[in-house]
Amino acid sequence: MSSTATTVARPTRKPPTATPRLRPPRRNTSRRSKRSILLTALTGIVLLYSLLPLLWLLISATKTQQGLARSFGLWFDGDFALWDNIVETFTYNDGVFGRWLLNTALYVVVGAGGATFLAVLGGYALAKFDFPGKRAVFAVVIGAVAVPGTALAVPTFLMFSKMGLTDTPWAVIIPSLISPFGLYLMWVFATEAIPGELMEAARIDGASELRTFFQVALPLLAPGTVTVLLFTTVATWNNYFLPLIMLKDPDWYPLTLGLDSWNKQAATAGGEAVFNLVVTGSLLTIAPLIAAFLLLQKYWQSGLAAGSVKE
Amino acid sequence: MTTVQPPAATRPRPAGPPVRRTRRTRRTRRSWTGWGFIGPFVLVFALVFLAPLAYSGYLSLFRTQLIGGTTFVGLGNYQQALQDARFWDGVARVGLFLAVQVPIMLGLALLVALALDSGRLYGKDFFRIAVFLPYAVPAVVATLMWGFMYGTRFGLVGDVNDAFGTKLPDPLSPELLLASIGNIVTWEFIGYNMLIFYSALRVIPHSLYEAAEIDGAGQWRVISAIKLPAIRGALVIATIFSIIGSFQLFNEPSILQKLAPNVITTDYTPNYYTYSLSFSGQQHNYSATVAIVMGLLTMIVAYVVQLRGMRKGA
Repeated sequence: MSSTATTVARPTRKPPTATPRLRPPRRNTSRRSKRSILLTALTGIVLLYSLLPLLWLLISATKTQQGLARSFGLWFDGDFALWDNIVETFTYNDGVFGRWLLNTALYVVVGAGGATFLAVLGGYALAKFDFPGKRAVFAVVIGAVAVPGTALAVPTFLMFSKMGLTDTPWAVIIPSLISPFGLYLMWVFATEAIPGELMEAARIDGASELRTFFQVALPLLAPGTVTVLLFTTVATWNNYFLPLIMLKDPDWYPLTLGLDSWNKQAATAGGEAVFNLVVTGSLLTIAPLIAAFLLLQKYWQSGLAAGSVKE
Repeated sequence: MTTVQPPAATRPRPAGPPVRRTRRTRRTRRSWTGWGFIGPFVLVFALVFLAPLAYSGYLSLFRTQLIGGTTFVGLGNYQQALQDARFWDGVARVGLFLAVQVPIMLGLALLVALALDSGRLYGKDFFRIAVFLPYAVPAVVATLMWGFMYGTRFGLVGDVNDAFGTKLPDPLSPELLLASIGNIVTWEFIGYNMLIFYSALRVIPHSLYEAAEIDGAGQWRVISAIKLPAIRGALVIATIFSIIGSFQLFNEPSILQKLAPNVITTDYTPNYYTYSLSFSGQQHNYSATVAIVMGLLTMIVAYVVQLRGMRKGA
């Protein structure tokens, strides 16, 4: 992402006299400081560390099960089996992988989408309205973030099982609906992105509160919304602990739980080892998220920048 | 680590929005309208946060036995937890993990962020996105991947041993397993923490650098005198979230369990212990108690770090 994208995507409605939040594009610095091969090489070590396992996964997904065992991990085996592996991943066990993919998609669309919607609404309320109990709401939500998820998992499970929700998609979706981080980010973002004058103007024109929100506020909140959506999507897509305790029926598994069950299958008595499918399935699981992060980087990086403005 | 790792949410700050007061009060009217927007969030929040928390506290005061049913035991469960060696072994393990892994991870993340911010890297944008990518990989996939690579027979470690005739130690042996888990967690979260630091570095006013340049300050001086103090908040937040994450360690050991069944016991980490108590042992009451004790411990440590971090040189 270029620095210009940052400045463009950030809310720019504030008068320029307000405290300069972001440094201007770094023309000055780059003119002054020379690029360093040594520093690039040193940082390159961390880069390699980050990318090598992904490279390993990509290469391994092209191997048959025998190929996985006999060939060097970071180079290709004689047989190029990527397409066969993908087909087998989707057909193995009556195509249960496709089912897991759809489940994950359902949890993401309803869970992460719902979490984003609630966070946008709530952040907007905290930023732009003064209402009774506002401080209390804020204190409780922020305080609750420090509570480790562990302390909640078991009682949530017991509660949900009394309500008959365990082993249904709702058990995974409902807890995903709350993202305190999303609320915080939207609060910061809405404070800066929506000028009060604009809301006043809309009200004077006779727009209802809902209309003001949807037609005036929501478009201005877009970069923040994309950021929250991406991060809640990652949280939901990658969720393991929650579905693990909530779901018994493999038909409702998300991808993470499904892959884990395939992997553990080899260790159970009479279970068939399907490591090539575990590897290929892993690749298929991460591909959509990596694509989303790459394609939307302009948005989420600027959204995050806004979140860190308050240091 | 846990699934959600919000970077900036527990920052202690007054409840007012970060705009100047006078402007705010002029443009907002105190009314119930805001509840229409925050209401849905608060409702779901109460259901998935407050209710389980209260229920957890309630459960921890009872004990269920095959004979005699459920009885009120007051703080008996807590007494048991405080003397439970299996629990404290796990706490010591994640404590060690925390003391070693978190500084390494945050140190590396900080170095990369500073390198990016210095403007001296070739291909800066590529660096930033590439180092961040592992964050998009689910803990399950990351652990499966590293688990395969750790293997001394068919894994990368085995390959390297075959190719170079080396005798690398087994990453899944009892001595090395915790370090191997630390490596997985570090791999997953370097980029994420790097991004938090980098975002914080980006908002340092440019005028400070110009002033430093006029004073003849070098790069290292700028880093120690301007950059690091300016991102103190981000450093403290990242530390706190890493502490919470370490104390909740579950996914990685749980998935590696099949690869190292003799090393990873059901009480390997406190979180694993509560999970086993509840779902294999059916001891829900005691499990809730252990979870609460661990939650309190986490909050205390996080709070102390926050106090110290904010006070130091501030």
